[in-house]
Amino acid sequence: MSDAKQILYRVRRYDPARDGAPRWQDFTIPRTPGMTVLDGLWTIKQTLDATLAWRASCRMGVCGSCGMLVNGRPRLACNTQVSELGADVVALAPLPNFDIIRDLVPDLAPAFDAHQALMPFIVREDVQERENPTGEFGQSAEELEHYLQFSYCIKCGCCMAACPTYATDPSYSGPMPLAQAHRYNADTRDEGFRNRKETLAGERGPWRCHFAGECSRVCPKGVDPAKAIQLMKRELVLDYLRLRRAHASAPVAPKPKDGKRRPDVPDAPARTV
Amino acid sequence: MRDQKLWTWHVLAGLVILVFLGLHMTVMHLDKIFEAETLNPSDGKPIDWANVVARGKTLFFPATYVVLLAAALFHGLYGLRGILLELGPAAGIQRAISVLFVLVGAGLFVFGTWAAIMSHGLAKAL
Repeated sequence: MSDAKQILYRVRRYDPARDGAPRWQDFTIPRTPGMTVLDGLWTIKQTLDATLAWRASCRMGVCGSCGMLVNGRPRLACNTQVSELGADVVALAPLPNFDIIRDLVPDLAPAFDAHQALMPFIVREDVQERENPTGEFGQSAEELEHYLQFSYCIKCGCCMAACPTYATDPSYSGPMPLAQAHRYNADTRDEGFRNRKETLAGERGPWRCHFAGECSRVCPKGVDPAKAIQLMKRELVLDYLRLRRAHASAPVAPKPKDGKRRPDVPDAPARTV
Repeated sequence: MRDQKLWTWHVLAGLVILVFLGLHMTVMHLDKIFEAETLNPSDGKPIDWANVVARGKTLFFPATYVVLLAAALFHGLYGLRGILLELGPAAGIQRAISVLFVLVGAGLFVFGTWAAIMSHGLAKAL
């Protein structure tokens, strides 16, 4: 990597309403210490081309909006410093495996549809407690460990862009929705395994995964979706063989008896729904 | 349910192949290490005619041929079907591939089972 004061951004541009095919456009911008890929995009937009489109929000690797292909690898633009790329050119393209809305903006709707179909939330059979909760569901630290790392997923879509199976098989749900389905199946507060199984046991389930492991390699949050998918396969196989041991549903934790509310802590606001 | 069931059988068939292929390797290639007379009762190499006939006379070996045949056919054809379906053919072609593979698998299984039974009968007659 050179110590040049400037850096070349090579950005793939595409406007479906106007362009017949995507094209590359070069921008040369000042290089500053600690500069992230996202910083460079803002510089381009503010000084060179205001029409350049991408998604971003939090700028700190939390929201998952700025996933894009940076020098051939899916990354978060805000979480990637130009210096760590070790190159004099920053090549940016939208995440593969998705339609392009414009420039660096992919259409993530199919991924979120698959995500939604797998019920990524706590499902409880005791409707009364669910609708009118009387307390928190108890969960030990050991039980938390079973799904904690999968709960770090920010739904940026990098794993979906890296998955070779998702690239070729539109019926495959992909690593993000499947890892999240496992995250809830492994949660002792959840009772939704049977409901999710309706989707998971069919062709949208984990069966097409070849364990290439690219999803885990590119995840900017260190989540291991490939592991979640293998664990899910094991659960489903054991379920078919009637050998699966379902976790006991977490009960409502008893409220502390001797606790005293601090006077400076205000009451919770009234329920709005 | 369908893919969960098929994939489970795919895994189980793989285990069966592992065990029975291990048995095959033991009988055919490790005869010097495991000098078991039940596997190769006649002197000489495992592939010698006398040994083949001797194994064919038992019920055990023809039965393992049939089980291994079923497992290998299901495991192989299901895996090949998965590869073909990932090429993204139209729904009609996907159905045609599935039906074709079921017919081919069933046909080969019937033929292989018939051959195993016939070889058993032939060996007993000798």
